[in-house]
Amino acid sequence: MVLILELIAQGAQMILVLLLAPLLLGYTRKVKARLLRRRGPPLLQPYRDLLRLIRKEVVLAQNASWLFRSGPYMILSATWVAASLVPTFATGLVFSWVGDLIAITALLGSARFFLALVGMDVGTSFGGIGSSREMMFASLAEPAMIMIAFTLALLAGSTQLSYIAEFMLANGSLRVSLGLVLVAFIIVALAENARIPVDNPATHLELTMVHEAMVLEYSGRHLAVIELAAGLKLLLYISLISCIFVPWGLAPAGSPLAGYAVGMVTYLGKLAVGGFLLVLFETSIAKMRVFRVPDFLGIALMLGLLGMLLLFVSRSF
Amino acid sequence: MDGHSLDIAHMLAGGMVLVSFMLLYQDRMFALLNVFALHAVVLSASVAWQAHIQNAPHLYVPAAIALVLKGIIIPVALHQVVIRLGIHRTIETVGGIGLTMLFGIGLVALSMVVMLRAAAAADPLAREDLAFALSVLLLGLLMMVTRRNAVSQIVGFMSLENGLILAATGARGMPLVVEISVAFSVLIAFIVIGVFLFRIRERFDSVELEVLDEFRGERR
Repeated sequence: MVLILELIAQGAQMILVLLLAPLLLGYTRKVKARLLRRRGPPLLQPYRDLLRLIRKEVVLAQNASWLFRSGPYMILSATWVAASLVPTFATGLVFSWVGDLIAITALLGSARFFLALVGMDVGTSFGGIGSSREMMFASLAEPAMIMIAFTLALLAGSTQLSYIAEFMLANGSLRVSLGLVLVAFIIVALAENARIPVDNPATHLELTMVHEAMVLEYSGRHLAVIELAAGLKLLLYISLISCIFVPWGLAPAGSPLAGYAVGMVTYLGKLAVGGFLLVLFETSIAKMRVFRVPDFLGIALMLGLLGMLLLFVSRSF
Repeated sequence: MDGHSLDIAHMLAGGMVLVSFMLLYQDRMFALLNVFALHAVVLSASVAWQAHIQNAPHLYVPAAIALVLKGIIIPVALHQVVIRLGIHRTIETVGGIGLTMLFGIGLVALSMVVMLRAAAAADPLAREDLAFALSVLLLGLLMMVTRRNAVSQIVGFMSLENGLILAATGARGMPLVVEISVAFSVLIAFIVIGVFLFRIRERFDSVELEVLDEFRGERR
């Protein structure tokens, strides 16, 4: 009985992230439009877009291989698994023992690998540009992410997210290395989600786009799946940052239903605040040139390194 | 004095190092001056916090001086200088930003190693604060070395001096007179350097320091 309840909680988490992802996208678009003094699309617009795309027919290029057709599903499944491993409203769910920071990075890395492959599959020049740029950014963002994981692991004694969140709840305090890691994490999250200083999610201007260039050839349900995966990734990063740095409200393992309810409400609040801060940052900054991005990501790498260095030198940082 | 107040002091000192790295990263004049003002504000917060936890009200004076002088007056004046010199375009750095950042990390590591060995007997938090102050100082020096433009070298010099104040307030029992005189000597230095900037510009039509090398015949 207990096991069934736990499985239900885990299942609820999986469904929750999938359902919330388009809402989060709609929310960020709405807030962004409001900040620019425009009205913006309604909150539920991404759901409607997804439905519309699913109903439309798929147009395939003549030389598209099986990879091109199966790629979107691989991307979605890797991202979905990663997103459902992050503690969103509760720690210590059934599968939380696999909810490992390095495993999540690896899952996202494989999703990115498939994305780059399908970008090059049809052989258009834009796909190739997008894939090569994505890989260039990834080669800097992934080491930074690993550095962040190492710093947190040194601090908490584990790379398991549930454990880290509980550690932060129990004896989290203001630490210099945590501050450094937070800044690095935000930079990595901006780059990974193709948000503004690195890439503009709303543009179709050929010379500057990265993520959009790779998925340019997709249509119909394939595009719907890819868009959903992109939304899930944004949700994943916001949940990841909030579960590590603002773990308050997370329901501990085996808590009663009321605890889960509190966890859910605070989680929604965290998502709203995180999305708002993201949009605020995006509207106050200009997109940078592609060749400036390595510098920007290099900072994340450097901060992660610095945080780790400080922890190695002395435990009290 | 409980753990949290020390944590905040520590965090502020670490914030100084972080802002020093931001200074190294910025390559536009106005952004550089804004970050420098932020550096001074963080310094002032750090000094004020030290005054609070050490129960040393006289330390509020350097905090106020840092806030008013370096947080407001000097950045505003430098803004004016930059506008009058007409150099609000990109600054060149010697070597790339990535390389400079790596050097910066190396310097932070160096100051950690030196300070943790040299002050092994001291209270661990105080000695880590000293290590942070030393790294702010070294990063300021690095900035003076890597920049060619005279105005950004001034900013490097001022941030170096912020590191000195951070070190002085972290250690207990530094006389007030010393701190105030350091603060005012920086103001004098700023005025002298400002005058020199315009003299250099008049003479060479540029504030790039390479021109000075050419003038001395060091560059062929």
